[in-house]
Amino acid sequence: MYGNDGLLGEVEAAEEALRDAAGRRLSGGEGLEEYFIAVIEADQKIEPRDWMPDSYRKTLIRQIAQHAHSEIIGMQPEGNWISRAPSLKRKAILLAKVQDEAGHGLYLYAAAETLGVSRDELVQMLLEGRQKYSSIFNYPTLTWADVGAIGWLVDGAAIVNQVPLCRCSYGPYARAMIRICKEESFHQRQGYEILHTLAHGTDGQKAMAQDAVNRWWYPSLAMFGPPDADSTHSAQSMAWKIKRFSNDELRQRFVDMCVQQAEVLGLTLPDADLRWNEERKAYDYTQPDYDELKRVISGDGPCNRQRMAHRRRAHAEGAWVREAAAAYAKKRHAIV
Amino acid sequence: MRPRRGLSHGHVGSLRAPDAAMALRNARDLYTRRQEGVSIWVVPATAITASSPDEKDAFFDPAADKVYRHPTFYEVPDGVQHL
Ligand SMILES: [Fe+2]
Ligand SMILES: [Fe+2]
Repeated sequence: MYGNDGLLGEVEAAEEALRDAAGRRLSGGEGLEEYFIAVIEADQKIEPRDWMPDSYRKTLIRQIAQHAHSEIIGMQPEGNWISRAPSLKRKAILLAKVQDEAGHGLYLYAAAETLGVSRDELVQMLLEGRQKYSSIFNYPTLTWADVGAIGWLVDGAAIVNQVPLCRCSYGPYARAMIRICKEESFHQRQGYEILHTLAHGTDGQKAMAQDAVNRWWYPSLAMFGPPDADSTHSAQSMAWKIKRFSNDELRQRFVDMCVQQAEVLGLTLPDADLRWNEERKAYDYTQPDYDELKRVISGDGPCNRQRMAHRRRAHAEGAWVREAAAAYAKKRHAIV
Repeated sequence: MRPRRGLSHGHVGSLRAPDAAMALRNARDLYTRRQEGVSIWVVPATAITASSPDEKDAFFDPAADKVYRHPTFYEVPDGVQHL
């Protein structure tokens, strides 16, 4: 599915498809529900004021909110290294990357708000543990090489997950994803560059890069969610064109891309059973530990408590800023 | 105005109206006589805060020296695919 111009080419193709579909005429669609189905069948977009089934709205709110929370919590593992980046250049790049993730969170909260929830409600649900974020951000960043491994593998996996979402049937989500995916490309490249530099440095640096890849490989594979057989939300989301590919399809695509990239790095992926399967035209690989995934999602990963405590503290410590901004706006309003 | 389902709203022009409901109807009459759109937003001009083009350099300065925000800043080793 990825042509020579890679993921960015895919994003542009999705944008193109959105324009094409927009020009198409709708056939049929007498009643509200029939019209909704006709729009989705024509690959057009559902917009905020359109009628939509309640469960479509709820599914989207849950998914977009979880996605937004992931971007916000996702700032923490890398933020941990901003003050200790090895050079001013790397520090500026890492700052820019973490800043982008904050931006992604905000685009997504705004997209969720078009469905009739408020950002405050969603943030509250995160803080109370009633909504989740991606399991991957509950792993610690032990060395500088982890910043490289996150960019390459975690942002890489996120891109594979997110590129198909650029074609999602809900307009505001699809448009936010197009913007996000374009920005993600630099995230993956800067990570790859860090690992490439380390892997071609001293023996110690190379060992550090290898160790980071060893630790991040399986948690990255787990980012695609449980295997298809155990995936609860998939079938309906596929029918509504919120989701376009299954968890296992996307995971396979990610593995197939990473093998060659690891070779160029001169690093190995920590899987003795990884090998090309000529019949399937894909790599056979070892599945991640899905029991571990379940544990981490349910709150028992290496850093869950730390991540949530940090978020709650940051939210509480930022209260005076929100209050001051509101008070200032009120005062200005009284004068005008 | 949203020209077609799936595209974002974009600014098309201004008009006068005593209230929001009239503005919406006037916008329809003024800007969609040839079915240019499927949805319209109206916003009172007084509610818009705009930056001035004269201040463009100073205003957008924070982004001017951050070429590393673009993927092309990074060297991709020969032969890497899908990156
Ligand atoms: Fe992101
Ligand atoms: Fe990212």
